[in-house]
Amino acid sequence: MSVIRKLNAWLLWSLPLVFLGVFFFYPLGVILAYSLTRLSAFQAEVASAVLPLPVILRILGFTTWQAFLSTLLTLLVGLPGAYLLGRYQFRGKAFLQAWMGVPFMMPALVVAACFDTLLGPRGWINLGLMELFGLTAPPIQFSNTFGAILTAHVFYNTTIVLRLVGDFWSHLDRRFSQAAQVLGANRWQTLRKVILPLLTPSILAAALLVFMFDFTSFGVILVLGGPRFRTLEVEIYYQTVGLFNLPAAATLAILQLACTFTLTLLYTRLSERQRPVSMRPQTYNQARLTSWRSRLFAVVTVSFLTVFFISPLAALALRSVSRLEPDRGQRTLSSPGITLDFYRELSANRRRSLFYAPPASAISISLAYASITVALSLALGLPAAWAQARLASPKVNRLFDSLLMLPLGASAVTLGLGFILTFDQPPLDLRASPALIPLAHTLVALPFVVRSLAPALRSIKPKLRQAANVMGANAWVQFTRVELPLINRAILSAAIFAFTISLGEFGATAIISRPEYPTIPVAIFRLLSQPGGLNYGQALALSTILMFVSAAGMILIQRLRITETGEF
Amino acid sequence: MKRLCLLILVSFLATACGTPFFGKDTTAGPATLKVMTHDSFAASEDVIKAFETENNVTLQFLASGDAGTALNKAILSKGNPLADVFYGVDNTFLSRALEEDIFEPYRSPLLKEIPDEFKIDSKNRALPVDYGDVCLNYDKAYFAERSLQPPQTLDDLLKPEYRSMLVVQNPATSSPGLAFLLTTISYYGEEGYLAYWQALKDNDVLVVNDWERAYYTEFSRWGGARPIVVSYSSSPPFEVIFSETPISEPPTAVVTGAGACYRQIEFAGILKGTKNRRLAEKWIDFMLSTRFQEDIPLQMYVFPVNPAARLDEVFVKYLFKPEQPAMLDPELIAANREAWIQAWSEVVLR
Repeated sequence: MSVIRKLNAWLLWSLPLVFLGVFFFYPLGVILAYSLTRLSAFQAEVASAVLPLPVILRILGFTTWQAFLSTLLTLLVGLPGAYLLGRYQFRGKAFLQAWMGVPFMMPALVVAACFDTLLGPRGWINLGLMELFGLTAPPIQFSNTFGAILTAHVFYNTTIVLRLVGDFWSHLDRRFSQAAQVLGANRWQTLRKVILPLLTPSILAAALLVFMFDFTSFGVILVLGGPRFRTLEVEIYYQTVGLFNLPAAATLAILQLACTFTLTLLYTRLSERQRPVSMRPQTYNQARLTSWRSRLFAVVTVSFLTVFFISPLAALALRSVSRLEPDRGQRTLSSPGITLDFYRELSANRRRSLFYAPPASAISISLAYASITVALSLALGLPAAWAQARLASPKVNRLFDSLLMLPLGASAVTLGLGFILTFDQPPLDLRASPALIPLAHTLVALPFVVRSLAPALRSIKPKLRQAANVMGANAWVQFTRVELPLINRAILSAAIFAFTISLGEFGATAIISRPEYPTIPVAIFRLLSQPGGLNYGQALALSTILMFVSAAGMILIQRLRITETGEF
Repeated sequence: MKRLCLLILVSFLATACGTPFFGKDTTAGPATLKVMTHDSFAASEDVIKAFETENNVTLQFLASGDAGTALNKAILSKGNPLADVFYGVDNTFLSRALEEDIFEPYRSPLLKEIPDEFKIDSKNRALPVDYGDVCLNYDKAYFAERSLQPPQTLDDLLKPEYRSMLVVQNPATSSPGLAFLLTTISYYGEEGYLAYWQALKDNDVLVVNDWERAYYTEFSRWGGARPIVVSYSSSPPFEVIFSETPISEPPTAVVTGAGACYRQIEFAGILKGTKNRRLAEKWIDFMLSTRFQEDIPLQMYVFPVNPAARLDEVFVKYLFKPEQPAMLDPELIAANREAWIQAWSEVVLR
C-alpha cells in the first residue's frame, strides 16, 4: 500500500514538476550557464565583470535590511487588524477585507501613482497642508525616501498577515483564554503566555512570506525608492539591461535564488507546524462588538486601516475623474472640476495607431490571459495539492513545495532572456508566442493555488472517503463525487487568486508581450510614458479600472472562501 | 459542482478562443516578416497595411521590453534570430549591437537621401531611421509668474536663482537620463563633468529613476514643484496635441543653447541569419521612405531622418531646434559607460 501511495504521490507531483522543469528550471539553468561561460570567454578583460565582494555584500545587506524592517512594520500594522478580523464579527468586515487585498494585485507603477496623488508634491495632503498653513513649498517629501519603500511594502503585504494570522486566530478556540482568565491571568498575561505562543507559527509563516516578497522587491524600489536604493533584483536588472554584464547578473541571480530557496524551506517547515491545537469553526470564536473597549478598538483599527489602505486607492480614483489642468499657480484642493473625459478618450484611437488598444480590448485580452492562467494553474495545482494533502511524506512535500515557490524569487529579466535561449526550436519555438504570457503567469500563481487548495483537501474528514470506499467507490469516483464538491469553494478561491495575479502582473509581461495584445498594466505603462495631459489622465483612468476589476475579484474570493483555515 | 464545471468550461472555452492567435503562422498565404522592436514602437494602421498589400506580406511586430532589453534579446538569439529586422537600437547602445555582430550590412538606395550626420555606422549594418533631442524643458508659466529669466545654458543651472529647480533621471536606469549625462560629458569634457555635477548637486538637483516620475510627478507642469526637467525637444508640441482642453500655445519650452541637448538616433538593421533577406530589405527601404517617415512623429514622438518627409504643422510651429546638439562616439560610450555612471553615482547619489 505504502509503495503505491508513494508512487501515486510522485505521479501527481510529476505534472507540476515537469511544468516547472520545462518552463522554469531549464530556461533559468541555460541562461545562468550561458552567462557564466561568457565570463570565461572574455577572461582577459573581465576583472570588473563580476562585482567585487564588498559591493555584493552591501547590496545583499541593504536588501535584507529593508526587507527586515518592512516585515516588522507589516506585522505591526497587520496584527491588530488580524485580531479584529479574527475575533470579531461586524458589518462591512468582508468589504474591508476585500479592499485590503487589492494593493497586493496592483503593479508598482499604479501603486506609485496612488501615493503620488496623495503624498506627491502636489498630492491632496501636501495641497491641503499648504493651503492650511499658507506654505509655498510642499511640506512632505515622500518619493525617493527610504520611508516610501517601507510604506509601499506595508501597503502591499499587510493583507498576507491579515489573512494568515487573522484566519488562524479566528479558528483558535476561545476557551483557551477563558481558561487562563479563570485561573487568574490578566489580559496581558493571557496574551503573552497563551495566545502568542499559539499564534507564533502562523505569525512566523506570515512574516517569512512577507519577507520573501520584500526581499525580491523590484518595482517599488525602482519607482518609489529612487536611484539611491538598490536591491539584488534591481541590480540584476541594471547589470543585465544597462551594462549587459551577464556574468555579474548571473552571480547575483544565483545568490538571490539561494536566499529564496532557504527562506521557502524555512517557511514550509514553519507552516507545517501550524495546526497544533484542535480548531473550532469561526462562529464559536467570534464575538460582536458589545463592550465599549472592543468598540473603541474596532473604531481605531478600522479607521487606521481605511486611512492607510483605502485612501491612496480612493485618491487615485478621484484624480482620474478630476481635471488635471486648472489655472496656473491657483491649483487648490477645491479648484479642479469633475470630468469623465479620460474614460471617454480611452475608447478613441486618435492617432489611428496599429497597436492602439481600446480599454475594452485591453480588458478582454487581460481576461483571456487570466482565464488561461486559471485553467493551467488549476490543472497543475490540483494534483499537487492532492498529493500534498494525502500522500507524500512531509519531507518530500517540503522540498516540492519550496521548488514551487522558487519562481517568486527569480528575476523576470533573467527568466525572460532564458526563454529566448531555450525555446528556439520548432516543436517549442515559443520565443515570439503570446502563449508565453499565461505560462509565466502560471509560474507565479501556482504556489498560491496550491496554498489555497491543500488545506481544504486536508480538512475533509477521512470518514467521508471511508464511507464512500465502503460503498464501493474507487479513488477517482471518490475524488470527483466526494472531494471535488467539498472543496468547490476553495477551487474557486484559488481560481480567483490565479486570475487576479495574472491581471496585475507587469514585470514578466512587459518583456514577452506582443504589442498587438497588450494587457491592462502594459497599456497603462504605454500611456504613462507619453507626454501630455490626455495621456496621463488616461493612464489614471485605466489604473482605476484595473483597481475595480481586482477589487471585484477579491470580493468574490471573500464570498467563496471555505470556512477552514486558509493558507497563503 | 455545477459552478465548478462552469468555471472549467469557461476556462477551456477561453483557451480555445485564444488558440487562433496563439497558433503558429503555418498556414499558406502571404509570407510573414518579423520585426523586433522596443516597446515604444508604434505606427499607423494604414501605413503598415499599405506595405503589407504592396508586398503581399504579413508583418509581425515583436515588442521586447525597453530598448536595452530588446537589444539583449536580439543578441541572445543571434544564432537563430527571433525576427528578420530589428528596429530601435540608439546611438548609446549601438556599439553593443555592432560588437556582438547581430546585423547584416545593407546599402539601401534610400540612404543617399539621408544626411551624413545621421549615418554613424560606415558599414551600413545599422541604418538611421529617426532621431530625437534630449533637452531641458521648462514650465513657462512658472518663470513668467516670478518674472524670472529661464536658463539658457548648462552653466546657468548652477546659478543660485535656479536652486532646487531641476529634476533629472538616473543615467543607470533611464535613457534620457543617460543622454543628459552624456551632454554634460560632451560639454565639459571627461575631466570637467564631475565638477559640474558636484555643483549641480550643491544647487539641489533632484534625481529620480525614470522619465515618467520626473515628468508627471516632479515637474511643476504636472504634479511637482520643479520647473525644469530633462525631457525631449518634442515634448512641447505634444503638450499641445495631447492637451486636455484645446490650447494654442505649448505651456512648456526647451533650452536650446549650444551643446545643451543630446541627439539620440535610432537605427534599424537586418538581423544576421534571416531567411527573408529580400523582404527585409524592402521593409528597411519602406522605413526610410517618406510614407513611413512622415508617420513617425505622431506615433513615436521622434523625428524622421529623411529630410524629404513633411512634418505636421504643429511640429513646424512648436518644435524647438537645438543649436549644435551634442553627440559622442558610440565606441567611446561603450568603453566608458559603466565607469562614467559609476563615477556619477559616487558624486551625485552619495
